Parts: sequence; structure tokens; C-alpha cells
Amino acid sequence: MNSKYPLYFIILALGSLLLGVIFGLVASLQYIYPEFLKNALPFIKLRPLHVTSGISWIILGAIGSIYFYLNNLKFYSVKLLKTHFTLYLLTGISLYFSYVLGNMDGREYLAFTPFLIIPILFGWLLFGINLFKTLWSSISNWPVYYWMWGTGIVFMIYHLSEAHFWLIEEFRMNFTKDMAVQWKSYGSFTGSWNMLVYGISIYVMTKIKGDEQMGRSNKAFFFYFLGLTNLMFGWAHHTYFLPTQPWIRYVAYIVSMSEWIVLASIIYDWRRGLPIPNFQKHSMAIKLMKTADFWIFANLVLALLISIPAINYYTHGTHITVAHSMGTTIGINTTILFSSIYYIVGTLNKKYQETTVLQKVSIKLFNGALIVFVVSLLAAGIKRSHWIHFSDNSSFSEMQDAQYVVYILLTVSGLGLLMAIYFIAIPVLKRMMQLIRH
Amino acid sequence: MIYSSHSYTPSIALSPKAITGQNLWQRNNCWSCHQIYGLGGYLGPDLTNIYSNPNKGPDYISTFLNSGVQSMPVYNFSNSEKEAIIEYLKAIDQSGVYPNKESVIEATGWVKIKYKDE
Ligand code: HEC
Repeated sequence: MNSKYPLYFIILALGSLLLGVIFGLVASLQYIYPEFLKNALPFIKLRPLHVTSGISWIILGAIGSIYFYLNNLKFYSVKLLKTHFTLYLLTGISLYFSYVLGNMDGREYLAFTPFLIIPILFGWLLFGINLFKTLWSSISNWPVYYWMWGTGIVFMIYHLSEAHFWLIEEFRMNFTKDMAVQWKSYGSFTGSWNMLVYGISIYVMTKIKGDEQMGRSNKAFFFYFLGLTNLMFGWAHHTYFLPTQPWIRYVAYIVSMSEWIVLASIIYDWRRGLPIPNFQKHSMAIKLMKTADFWIFANLVLALLISIPAINYYTHGTHITVAHSMGTTIGINTTILFSSIYYIVGTLNKKYQETTVLQKVSIKLFNGALIVFVVSLLAAGIKRSHWIHFSDNSSFSEMQDAQYVVYILLTVSGLGLLMAIYFIAIPVLKRMMQLIRH
Repeated sequence: MIYSSHSYTPSIALSPKAITGQNLWQRNNCWSCHQIYGLGGYLGPDLTNIYSNPNKGPDYISTFLNSGVQSMPVYNFSNSEKEAIIEYLKAIDQSGVYPNKESVIEATGWVKIKYKDE
């Protein structure tokens, strides 16, 4: 290891995950008791705190992992890496301050004061320079995961900028366009981090299995291109019901449906046996990757269904969308990143490759709690959809009150998830701290 | 093409006052509970067509803003701020319909939506 900074990124990521789930849990309590902490920690602060912490976990965890993997090669510039880390540490602190002080003139998902997008974009630029300079000489022979990382960074820079086009007054005057572009950018922004995270999963599986072919097959590249089209056009289910021209809605529909190919392929591969190896070494990393595999399957089915306009018509604007986003960010992104982090500590110290009993139980708790969590969101969504489309007379608060049991289920399973996440994250965090001290 | 204004029907131009309303909407995180076209948070109702709703409309909105009912924060908007927010909600209302109850669901899975000016 010629630098500890990749590990610093991961520690920052884990810290933001541990904080983020607490904000989430408190926010879910406010669904049950609207007056709970209403003045001390109002929902308008909790929600952006929760969302930003969650996104920061995914992004910092991916950045840290990728830096670590690049660090095995000859790094272009450790100085750029240090600058990037310092910049993000300071930006992170300012972000939380901006929320706590209530200085949030941004928009949903990127609620911080828009000025902070400048250091964020600059950090991505530093990351991009470092990655491309490190890998440039071998570009003709890149395995798919390098392509995914490179693409993820470029698109991230673009879509983060796109999400701030509204700062131009002219742009924002056209309400429908502004809104469509905003939601398109969110879909693609998520697609960009998925590129980084999926690249990490292929990297980890390749290395554990010791089979470089995995990242070089035609099929791997086919999926890369399919993922890329979806990154560019797969935001459809956000915007079907905006009054945009029909052709935009058609293209979006067709592209989203191409994902069925991925699903078919996954089912096909399953029947032939999982591509994930069953080795003794890195057992925790492998278990987590298998968990991700299950959730990829479950979420793809849901995502495909809600991308059919006739179904989207009923699911849009309800918690079913949240079931989709929580299923993917927690079930897929979080498990892949955990797997990568366990793999990293395992490569630094072989002692850390084994799975403890507590960790085994935690993965079970994680899956059980996440299933209940997603199901209760689906139930809440169905109820809300029914209220939107079929009941003209009952008031919003009557509908909310009728959701009481569902919201309790949501909070209880949320607590289960929080515990599982703590049990999985804290041991690896401790190990990482020890590794840094030596 | 996505950036071309012709791709959107009808193209509603926000007035400076509506822009002020949008700023207030952002600064006070109304989106964390409310949706526009179904997009936003789910702790409150969708507000796309509240302006033209025969049972609601501008005066109703105005009384709601500083009411602090349920989980809604207790805001302290001045009259001109309230007017700006209402102006913004009015512009949104004119841009289209949501939930789009007159859409036609086709057997192909396609949904033909109704536009405001049809
Ligand atoms: C913490 C959540 C929350 C925030 C933030 C919030 N609201 Fe609300 N709002 C609600 C809830 C809940 C209701 C429904 C209350 C009821 O009907 O019992 C509501 C109702 C309304 C209504 C009446 C809707 C109807 O159909 O009856 C309007 C208008 C409204 N809010 C506007 C706003 C505006 C403008 C903002 C931002 C300045 C805002 N709200 C911020 C939760 C919130």
C-alpha cells in the first residue's frame, strides 16, 4: 500500500452510512407521530440529511474502493488523491452545516446550497484525472471494469452539472423542460454511481476467482453497453406523466424495456450455477456478493414492472418508487460496497477473511429486515395509489392514518436494518482503523 | 433534443414572481413532503392541480401555508411571499394535469396522457 488515503475515504463512507441510517429511522418515526421532534429535528432537515448521508456512503465507498484498486498499480499522483480527500472532507463538513443551519436552497436530492457543487465537481475531476492518467497506457486492453469506472466518472460530472442547469434563469423559466431535465439528471446520476459500483463488483469477483476472463468477455461488454444506454435513457419511469411530447415518452419506454435482456440473462446464469466462487478465502466478501445477486434479481423485476407506463400510472408518486430506490441502494449498492470493503481488509490481512458467527447472523437479519422493509413500502404504496386513483372523498390525513400499521412495520424493519448494518459495518471499520495505525 | 423547448407541451414560462415562489419552495423544502407531478416526498399530498381544484384554490392555499397542521412546519410567510408561492402553484397548474385521470391505458402497456390544452 503506497498510500492510506483510499482507506480514509472508506472510513468517511462508513461514518456517513452509520449516521444516515439513524436519520432515516428518526424520519420514519415522524411518519407515525407527525409531531415527534418536529421542532428540534424537523422532517425538512432529516430528509436531506438522510438522503445525503446515504448517497455519500455509496459515492465515497465507491471512490475509496476504486482508489484502493488503482493503488495496486503505479498511481499517477498521490498528491491529487490527498487533495481530493481533503476537499471532500471539508465539503462534507460544510454540507452538514448547511443542512443544520437550514441553509438549503438547492433541490430535492441535492438540497445543499448550490455553491457546494463546485468543490464536489472539482473532486470528481481530480478523481477522473488520476484514474485516466494511471490507466491510459493500457486503454486498448482495458477489462470492462475500467471502462465502467471511467464512464461512471465522466457521466457523473456531466449529470451533476445538468442537475444544476436550473441556476440559469432562462432555463428554469420553461417549467416543464426544467422539471424533465432535473428528473432525467437524477436517473442518470444514479446510473453513473451504478457504473462505479457494478465495476467494483466485477473487479472483486474477478480477483477472488482469479479469472481475468470474467472482465473481458463479450458478454461483459454487452452488458456494459446496455447499462450505458440505460444510464442515458433509463430515467423514463420518473417522467412518463410530465406533459412532454409523446416521442420522448416512447423512447424512454423502449429503452427501459431492453433491461429485460439483463433479467433473462441472470435467470439463465442462475440455472447454470452462480458465477460467484465458493472459496474459503474472502468468505464474507463472497456472502455479501451473493446477497447483492439476490437483490439485483428482485429489484430488476420491480424496476421493469414500474417502467411499463400502464403500471407506472398507478405506482408513480407512491412509496412503490421508494421500495425501488431503497431496494437498490440498500440491497444492491450497499452489499456490493460492503463486499468490496471486506475484500480490501482481507487482502491487507488474511486473518480478516473469515466470517464470524455474528456476521453470518447479521446478513440473515439484513435480508429479513430488508424484505419486510420493501414489502411494507409496497403496501404503503398500494394504499396510497388506491387513495389517489379511486377515492375522491377521503382526505389525505385519513389515508395517512389508515397507514398506521404499515408505518410501524416500516420503522421496526428499519430498526432491524440499522442493527444489521451496524453489526456488519463496525467490525470492518475497527479493522480498518487498526490497519491504518500499523 | 431533450433540451429543446419544442419537446414540451405546453411550454409554460414562469413569471419573475413565480420564480420567487419556486425559490421559496426550494428554500423551505416543500418538496420533502409534497409532490409535483407525483415527484417529491410522500408525507404530504400532491399539489400539481391544487390551484384549480374547485374545493381548494388560492385562498385555501393561503390559509394552509402558515397553519402548521400535522407534520407541516409552522411557516411564517409574509403576504407577498404567500402570493409568490401561489403564483408558482398557479403556473404549475397551467402546465398540465396530475394525476392524469383522463389518460387512456392501452393494451400495449402504453398510456396516452391528456394534455392541458386538449
Ligand atoms: C414536513 C412535511 C411538510 C412540509 C415540509 C410542507 N408540508 Fe404542506 N402539508 C403537509 C401535510 C401532512 C399536509 C396535509 C395536512 C392534512 O390535510 O391533514 C400539507 C398540506 C398542504 C397544503 C394543502 C393541501 C391540500 O390538498 O389540502 C398546501 C397548499 C401545502 N401543504 C403547501 C406547502 C408548502 C407551499 C410548503 C413549503 C413552503 C409545504 N406545504 C411544506 C406536510 C408538509
